[in-house]
Amino acid sequence: MLADSDRVFRNLNGADDWRLKGARDRGTWINTAELVKDGREAILERVKASELRGRGGAGFPTGLKWSFMPKEVGDRPHYLVVNADESEPGSCKDREILRNDPHMLLEGSLVAARAMGVARAYIYIRGEYWEPLERLDAAISEARDAGLLGDDAPGGAFDVEVTRGAGAYICGEETAMLESLEGKKGLPRLKPPFPAGVGLWGCPTTVNNVETLAVVPTILRRGVEWWRGLGLPKNTGTKIYSLSGSVERPCNVEEELGVPLRDLLEKYAGGVCGGWENLQAIVPGGSSMPMLPKSVCDDLTMDFDTLASHRSGLGTGGVIVMDNSVDVIEAVRRFSHFYMHESCGQCTPCREGCGWIYRVLSRLAAGEGEGDEVDLLWTITKQIEGHTICAFGEAAAWPVQGLLRHFRGEVESRVKEVTDVKEVA
Amino acid sequence: MSESASTWSPVVEKDFAFTDEMRARADAAVKRYPPERKQSAVLWLLWLAQEQNGGWLSTAAIHHVAGFLGMAPIRVHEVARFYTMFRLKSKGAYCVQVCRTTSCWIRGADKITRACLDAAGTTELGEVSADGAVSVEEVECLGACCDAPMLQINDKEYRERLTPERAAEIVRELRQHAKDGK
Ligand SMILES: Cc1cc2nc3c(=O)[nH]c(=O)nc-3n(C[C@H](O)[C@H](O)[C@H](O)COP(=O)(O)O)c2cc1C
Ligand code: SF4
Ligand code: FES
Repeated sequence: MLADSDRVFRNLNGADDWRLKGARDRGTWINTAELVKDGREAILERVKASELRGRGGAGFPTGLKWSFMPKEVGDRPHYLVVNADESEPGSCKDREILRNDPHMLLEGSLVAARAMGVARAYIYIRGEYWEPLERLDAAISEARDAGLLGDDAPGGAFDVEVTRGAGAYICGEETAMLESLEGKKGLPRLKPPFPAGVGLWGCPTTVNNVETLAVVPTILRRGVEWWRGLGLPKNTGTKIYSLSGSVERPCNVEEELGVPLRDLLEKYAGGVCGGWENLQAIVPGGSSMPMLPKSVCDDLTMDFDTLASHRSGLGTGGVIVMDNSVDVIEAVRRFSHFYMHESCGQCTPCREGCGWIYRVLSRLAAGEGEGDEVDLLWTITKQIEGHTICAFGEAAAWPVQGLLRHFRGEVESRVKEVTDVKEVA
Repeated sequence: MSESASTWSPVVEKDFAFTDEMRARADAAVKRYPPERKQSAVLWLLWLAQEQNGGWLSTAAIHHVAGFLGMAPIRVHEVARFYTMFRLKSKGAYCVQVCRTTSCWIRGADKITRACLDAAGTTELGEVSADGAVSVEEVECLGACCDAPMLQINDKEYRERLTPERAAEIVRELRQHAKDGK
């Protein structure tokens, strides 16, 4: 279990002061110039050595991603885009950073900027996050007044600007976010080219999640070895988990990667409602990560590689717990409604498939499904997966696949007898 | 993404122009982006227009934003229709949005919606109460899953860890506020 002294996020629950003074008391901004003084390559090497992986869902190594930016800044400026769009159902961690410790994000953005030759970052925050937006704005003003952002920022000129989204989950996808920042509909771009080559306004750009950036200064401050001492190999450090659904006390909590699920739920969330034996399934990493049944949960650890080995994923760390009273088909049907609603509509398999999935699941949940509709459902997910412009397709397909993989019996038990037997010629 | 073509009217309802204060805020928004990238400010400007126009975007407001940024009006219409928080017709004075997604559903979102509808005296989602004060809608995950069940008022304020009783009380308070002209 994570010792209090090893916590990166010291005001996650908002009990303390979120302003600059409070942030400094917790160690943010105290020696930023020191952290960045060795320059671009040195920061990059340290972040690579830390084995930090992105906290926005895909778990891509952060140092490696940063190294894709051109080595020299040419005639096109480099940009950092901060992904604060947090819209994956089950995830609510970035909100806590944004409203309870916004300076951690600002300092992290500055350090990341130094590692990529960036002079300006754009923070894209979801439209509904009004309180977080107000605090972020206030924190930016404080940081500018204190010379932490602006022309005299530690290590040279650097500033951040905010864009407020307006309710479109797809804008969390990095290239859709770039389109939105350019003042257009948030339609994902075909890749390649990748943003590191051609990103915001055609300039080299890196998109990172809020949590990813917020942990970087602490890694540099306390040292790569300290960070690697937490978690597991290739799954280093700490992570914020959002524990929701059928637990006694839902909460956001920081723990090591590789923490046993059961400990996580019992120590921080008061355990599964009705006790561990009453657990039915979990969604381990936000709505797009396939659910896992209790049999897998019994000795599951929460890290990227273990969850991938169970054909699911850590995603954003949003753990949705379902006890035995929860109808798992309805739970997934709700996700499918979400995906149907949020598909941007560019790719036929996604646009049409998400609607199909939802309609078939609705029939099945209501006990109106017939004969081969379960197989049909599986086939639709396979026709979406891998056939779309962006990973939204997978995000929509996987939860349904998880349901059918682990609860097929449950789904089939609701299929009506096939009454309409076709006449055989 | 689900707004249908029938939800906005191509008729130019009423003239719209930013007030001096809004114009200053719009200028500030444009300055967030490089000088040759004014279009990037379109979301900010639509937010401002929606605020000034009483919570929704009329065609006139959309055209004004287009003119302000030197964009083709159709491009601004497209953006306004793509993002669900931009409203293309006027709603109840207070818009109550209950999260319906899985984490909230597990913790009783359906009962919250029911309680809100009852307190508003409406039966349909999106229907405006007889006094014109509130409309109750369902929305997808608002990123407060650990504080479920929850709702949002007028795109800004969250109310979390609700019971049906508390939710009904919130709706009644809003109706009272509307009556008091707040
Ligand atoms: C449909 C879709 C939605 C996404 N939404 C988010 C989001 O809300 N927040 C986020 O940080 N990443 C989101 N991502 C992942 C981003 O595309 C990107 O990988 C991430 O921001 C990279 O940051 P990281 O490397 O720090 O994890 C989404 C991806 C997809 C395909
Ligand atoms: S996969 Fe879906 S969300 Fe992504 S670009 Fe295609 S239609 Fe849009
Ligand atoms: S599911 Fe309701 S806030 Fe996330």
